[in-house]
Amino acid sequence: MDKKLIIDMQGIVKRYYIGKPNELEVLHGVDLKVYEGEFISIVGQSGSGKSTLMNVIGALDLPTIGEYRLDGIDMFRAKENDLSAIRNRQIGFVFQTYNLIARMTALKNVELPMLYAGMGRRARNERAKELLRMVDMEDRMDHSPDELSGGQKQRVAIARAMANNPSIILADEPTGALDSATGHLIMDIFHRLNKEQGKTIILITHSPELAEETQRIVTLHDGMITGERKGGGKIAAG
Amino acid sequence: MLLGENILMALAAIRSNKLRSFLTMLGIIIGISAVIAIQTVGNSLTASFSDTMTSLGASNIMVGVTQRSDKDTEGAESGLVFEGYRNERTPGEKDYIKDDMIEDFEREFSQDIEYIIESAGLGNGTVGIEGNSAKVVVSGGNEGYFRSLDLELVAGREIGDKAIEGGKAVCLISDYAVGKLYNTEDYEKAVGQCIEVVSGQKFYDLTIVGVYKLNDSGMLFGGNTERQTDLYTTLKYVKSKTHIDGYPSFTVVKSSASTESSNDFRSRIQIFFDKYYHTNRLFEVTTSSYESMLEQMTSMLGSISLAISIIAGIALLVGGIGVMNIMLVSISERTREIGIRKALGATNGSIRLQFIIEAMMLCIIGGLIGIIIGVIGGSVAAGAMDVTAKASGSSIVLSVGFSMAIGLFFGYYPANKAAKMNPIDALTYE
Repeated sequence: MDKKLIIDMQGIVKRYYIGKPNELEVLHGVDLKVYEGEFISIVGQSGSGKSTLMNVIGALDLPTIGEYRLDGIDMFRAKENDLSAIRNRQIGFVFQTYNLIARMTALKNVELPMLYAGMGRRARNERAKELLRMVDMEDRMDHSPDELSGGQKQRVAIARAMANNPSIILADEPTGALDSATGHLIMDIFHRLNKEQGKTIILITHSPELAEETQRIVTLHDGMITGERKGGGKIAAG
Repeated sequence: MLLGENILMALAAIRSNKLRSFLTMLGIIIGISAVIAIQTVGNSLTASFSDTMTSLGASNIMVGVTQRSDKDTEGAESGLVFEGYRNERTPGEKDYIKDDMIEDFEREFSQDIEYIIESAGLGNGTVGIEGNSAKVVVSGGNEGYFRSLDLELVAGREIGDKAIEGGKAVCLISDYAVGKLYNTEDYEKAVGQCIEVVSGQKFYDLTIVGVYKLNDSGMLFGGNTERQTDLYTTLKYVKSKTHIDGYPSFTVVKSSASTESSNDFRSRIQIFFDKYYHTNRLFEVTTSSYESMLEQMTSMLGSISLAISIIAGIALLVGGIGVMNIMLVSISERTREIGIRKALGATNGSIRLQFIIEAMMLCIIGGLIGIIIGVIGGSVAAGAMDVTAKASGSSIVLSVGFSMAIGLFFGYYPANKAAKMNPIDALTYE
């Protein structure tokens, strides 16, 4: 492939409780390459190390051993504040539990990453509205999260993930808490973002059905990548 | 990240937990309002006293006979005197500053003094006319006395120098007393009338030459009780009745041409009178001035303020600890929010700033409420003491600054704790 390599992981090992009797190695040397514009899924049982891998990819955690370059940036050289900046600009998180801040309206939630990016009030407001329009949530932008349904919350969360126009959308079980119809709606949004805006999307899921929709399926088992194959892909609805 | 955004965020957080925020602020509110209230009272009293004293002549020096301190008298005599326990004695006639001493004094200090004020009293008395009566205090004064009194006459004239010199049986009476005696507002009617003052089994016949306007702003009078007003006559007349030679005290008005400091002048007066009193084992002559009284009062108010400020300081300390405690609770409740913010790109610094500002806003709002309560409370107290309320600007500014400092100091530790949270642990916190 001649596309730009956006995630380049080699021999990633992640250990917890280092030097203690309960030292635990969760990832045993993971190699993963993701190219710009790909829509891949990482599947695996619970305890396979999916979440740990996602944390490492998302710069929430640093690997113990290995090499990791995200869009050319060497993560081992990154300082605390660099990691914050990477999370802010390069990565958009979508969580299973939405993780919206309850006290804030949908609009303010979407504005938050832009606030940390230092964007001015008006620009932030306009961009947030535009993003909410994109996920069809503009009419509910003044609602607080507890006034929204699960699917609506996840749409707001996707809008928020897109706020600073990141290179990667990292979605951890985004449909896990939704019924299948709503889940498909959310998946459609991801497909659209991938197709229309060329976003690199990494979907972490334990659902083989959803994984099938993606272009490439990476199987994680006991902290190792045990399989990799092409998925069926899907033409985005609409 | 912008300060304004943080302040808005902090206000939203405070609003979302109104009762808790209020209870947290309570310590700060109590502390700050106590300080501001006492400062307002102190400031009002000082302002009012210095006004009064300036009108009385702040630089006037009072020379008076006072009891010697313990060390010089009883303690030395018996050797068995409890600390702080002494026989209070009032100077007797033999201890008074004699007329000849004052004459000598005037001669020796003629360059330094403008005039001196002497007065003597005949005590409380009653004036009665045709079933009406008025309570009066009879005082006789010299020229200087009337000069310093500066009475505003509503009828008649002042007591002339000649009358003072001759010790005539004339008097100035208050408009209030005239009203009582003659049931009239036409004070001219009283002028020329002869009244009889009854005081301590004795009768004094005086002719009214003038009616003065009673100054209503005095703070010594209250309510509806019948007032006792001053009846002024000549010094010599009083002395001719009392047969007392000398005074327990008199007042010196320093010459305006003199450049000597008040303290130096006072010590020269002291030395002058020590000549006469060094043989008197119980009494001596001391000097004081309104200036020095004002200083004393200011320093006394200062110590009261200090004591209350220490108590308030303790309240503020407790309040600050309360803020810290609630911030720790709040941070542990909002762990997930902190995790989300970190995942969205908040740096440790911006999380720290967010919570420090939240703590500071709590304290500032508490401080502002405290200032409002303090100013109101202080004004009410000042009003009850009949002085014009005057808030102390410097202490208000200081209080706001101090509240901010408390917020910063007690907010730093919880905020830092929040800042250092691991984003994954925070995100998965239940």
